[in-house]
Amino acid sequence: MAGVAVSTTINGDAVEYLCQPDETLLEVLRDRLGLTGAKEGCGTGDCGACSVIVDGRLVCSCLVLGAEAEGRKVETIEGMAHGDQLHPLQQKFLEHAALQCGVCTPGFLIAAKDLLEKNPSPTEEEIRFGLAGNLCRCTGYDKIVRAVQDAANVMKGA
Amino acid sequence: MNFDPRFSGRKFASVGTRPIRPDGVDKVTGRARYGADFNMAGQLVGRILRSPHAHAVIKSIDTSKAEKLAGVKAVITAKDLPDLTDGDAAMYDILDNCMARKKALYDGHAVAAVAAIDARIARQALKLIEVEYEVLPHVTDVDEAAHHHAPLINDQVFTEGLEEKPAKPSNVTKRTQFGHGDVHKGFAEADFVVERSFKTEQTHQGYIEPHACVASVNADGTADLWVCTQGHFVYRQHCAQLLGLEASKLRVTSSEIGGGFGGKTHVWAEPVALALSRKAGRPVKLVMTRDEVFRASGPTSATSIDVKIGARKDGTITAAEATLRYSCGPYAGSWAEIGAMTAFACYKLENVKTVGYEVLVNRPKTAAYRAPSAPMAAFAVESAVDELAHEIGMDAVDFRIKNAAQEGTRASYGPVYGPIGIGPTLEAVKHHPHMKAPLKENQGRGMACGFWFNFGGQTCTDLNIGMDGSVSLAVGTVDVGGSRASLSLVAAEELGIDYSHVKAIVADTSSLGYNDMTDGSRGTFSSSMATISAARNAIKILRERAAQTWDIPVEDVIWEKGHAIAKGEKYGNLSPLSLKEIAAASGKTGGPIAGHSELVADGAGVSFATHICDVEVDPETGSTRVIRYTVVQDAGKAVHPTYVEGQYQGGAAQGIGWALNEEYIYGKDGRLQNAGFLDYRIPVCSDLPMIDTQILEIPNPNHPYGVRGVGETSIVPPLAAIANAVSNAVGVRMTHIPMSPPRILAALDAEREG
Repeated sequence: MAGVAVSTTINGDAVEYLCQPDETLLEVLRDRLGLTGAKEGCGTGDCGACSVIVDGRLVCSCLVLGAEAEGRKVETIEGMAHGDQLHPLQQKFLEHAALQCGVCTPGFLIAAKDLLEKNPSPTEEEIRFGLAGNLCRCTGYDKIVRAVQDAANVMKGA
Repeated sequence: MNFDPRFSGRKFASVGTRPIRPDGVDKVTGRARYGADFNMAGQLVGRILRSPHAHAVIKSIDTSKAEKLAGVKAVITAKDLPDLTDGDAAMYDILDNCMARKKALYDGHAVAAVAAIDARIARQALKLIEVEYEVLPHVTDVDEAAHHHAPLINDQVFTEGLEEKPAKPSNVTKRTQFGHGDVHKGFAEADFVVERSFKTEQTHQGYIEPHACVASVNADGTADLWVCTQGHFVYRQHCAQLLGLEASKLRVTSSEIGGGFGGKTHVWAEPVALALSRKAGRPVKLVMTRDEVFRASGPTSATSIDVKIGARKDGTITAAEATLRYSCGPYAGSWAEIGAMTAFACYKLENVKTVGYEVLVNRPKTAAYRAPSAPMAAFAVESAVDELAHEIGMDAVDFRIKNAAQEGTRASYGPVYGPIGIGPTLEAVKHHPHMKAPLKENQGRGMACGFWFNFGGQTCTDLNIGMDGSVSLAVGTVDVGGSRASLSLVAAEELGIDYSHVKAIVADTSSLGYNDMTDGSRGTFSSSMATISAARNAIKILRERAAQTWDIPVEDVIWEKGHAIAKGEKYGNLSPLSLKEIAAASGKTGGPIAGHSELVADGAGVSFATHICDVEVDPETGSTRVIRYTVVQDAGKAVHPTYVEGQYQGGAAQGIGWALNEEYIYGKDGRLQNAGFLDYRIPVCSDLPMIDTQILEIPNPNHPYGVRGVGETSIVPPLAAIANAVSNAVGVRMTHIPMSPPRILAALDAEREG
């Protein structure tokens, strides 16, 4: 099979790659580009561990083809911090112990970032429904919700 | 110097604080490397072919077409994993589960595997493998399998634990019994007796990270395995034995682990990956799909439990009896035995008897799931206890307080308890504001207790002090939820230095002595004990170096707040030496300073919890929402209270999923019908309320800081607490978990029809 040549932007950097027509964006990120922060928990769009933002839209990268990234802007967990300055959500996840095993954490952070960009003052219910596409099996979500609430307050004050 | 593990009642400086975990930044930036995040040069992709049949003889396997496909580098079957188990029946079962030898025993059982240059070719190759099956009758239900007419899964199994060896083989592998007193006499003394049967369906641990490993076997017989596991030393032993390697030549590195909850305590695909690598002569990465995780890793048992409890009018339980049948998958296990041990562990009983039956079924091999076997037994017992309290006319909490086990009580499973937390958790619940909060229409409140043994086990830890005075702590228990933070706190506490100067890592199997796996809530309990011991050994050297520097007897040097201090007025002019100063001089005073510890962490303190739950049931749809949840649990000593709370909340959330929604659904064809997160629905964020926690600290007398394991007990009470809440909300006793909407509607319909 001939590869598809793709030019895209990932975390602000111009990136080019060849991928197979049936290869997912998640496979491209992980296996071709070495960006292993997005995780495959299910491969069927049910767990959100592979969440990335494409042109401002939160997606499961396991449900997007690598070829579809052509000409778009992709944001992954690797681009969330500014240099050594953690994003407020990252900092609050650490402070609230909103992670135990941590494998769902990149997906939650991306989903929470997307949520707060669209709704800077979410209620608890809005946070819970906003993050309902991401599965966490360790925390019971309590500390995740509190971390997002705290981060929202910090970001509004900034 | 002998290590004294007894509780000393010291005041803490670091332990009990809530710093950020040392592995935190890696985990919020995506840098942490899990099972599937590691790669080696020349690596191949491994894939496993699995049986579509629940029970079938494997008549032949033709791999020739797959082998000819361009890009395929190895194809293996059971022939490539010869039986080296030498009569070890448990290891043989593990081998047979990794790759079916004569029969496929469940939908998803591995029958062959390939290694290819990429995933697409590997998948294509699987389709070219021709397996000829002779399909056999199967059985997936625990009660049907225990029946003497059921299809036999293994005709060499004769029930153990009976007075006489049975004449015929059976799917019941073992009968076990626990208890004391005379239950017949006890029931004769009872004014009220409740007798009920309960069922729970099979659930999966549901860790978000599928099993993943990279295996590399070299031509010289050495090998490396990178793997997500709860116990890399155990994986090394299993893999070395199954592959015929010398253990020391197989280095196993535990990756970050994306959840395990018991499901990553023994090998599944790792020996297959090693066998593929050996045959291909190249490294092989093998990652399970979610479908494979559900079909072919190790879920918990499905159960069927009969309970009978009698009490006098004054609320004293006179007798308690339970018969517990637990599914084991197709291989022998001891799951009902554990259920039979835990069932009545919360109570002080004169007459108690529990009997467990281990039952083979054509489902995947049962594995541990957080306090394995205890939640189901607690569901049955705590439901009956609630009903009995109601019949007597006593408050459910008061009834339990009256019968609660205490220090000196002989447990229903044998031992006599030391100081325990069941009474204090019940008292805390009795006075908790949650118990007095008003309820609305269609809402109900329930509560329930839970017990877990906790475990200690073999543990080895190294503590190395750098020339700059910073401390490297190497532990061998895999960190499943923040133990590197708690163990760093313990090292800081013992050495009297700041947490920020300690860095804990999980060492690989070639860098540290053997450690049992992280199970039985042992990670922080046992490794903190070993860390304290290692730190004390290092302190001994630090004192010696200071004594040498000062040229005084070491007996005159004490260690306090990170400093060596010369004790006594005659040394008044000697300024204390800090750890940093002693470390900086170590090159001239005798070389590197380190403390090591190898021990068996005995004395894991038993753990109790009591949970309160409010639910709202929609009588039209049967849908149930948990609207408030409170966990009260004894931690002994909470080393890092935030992560202790996290364990309480996580266990409760898993229990809520189990109670209301999660179950393995098998078709008549014996195939799993819901092998994915869409149809096997674990709780999502919008399903749950905040989960309140209250940490009690009743010190474990067998740990220097009083620590007990905290990870597992939190999943024991929820099934019963929620069942009691739903039963109180709808006025019908719920006896089948999960209480999914159709089951609740059916129970309501049955009640209406009388």
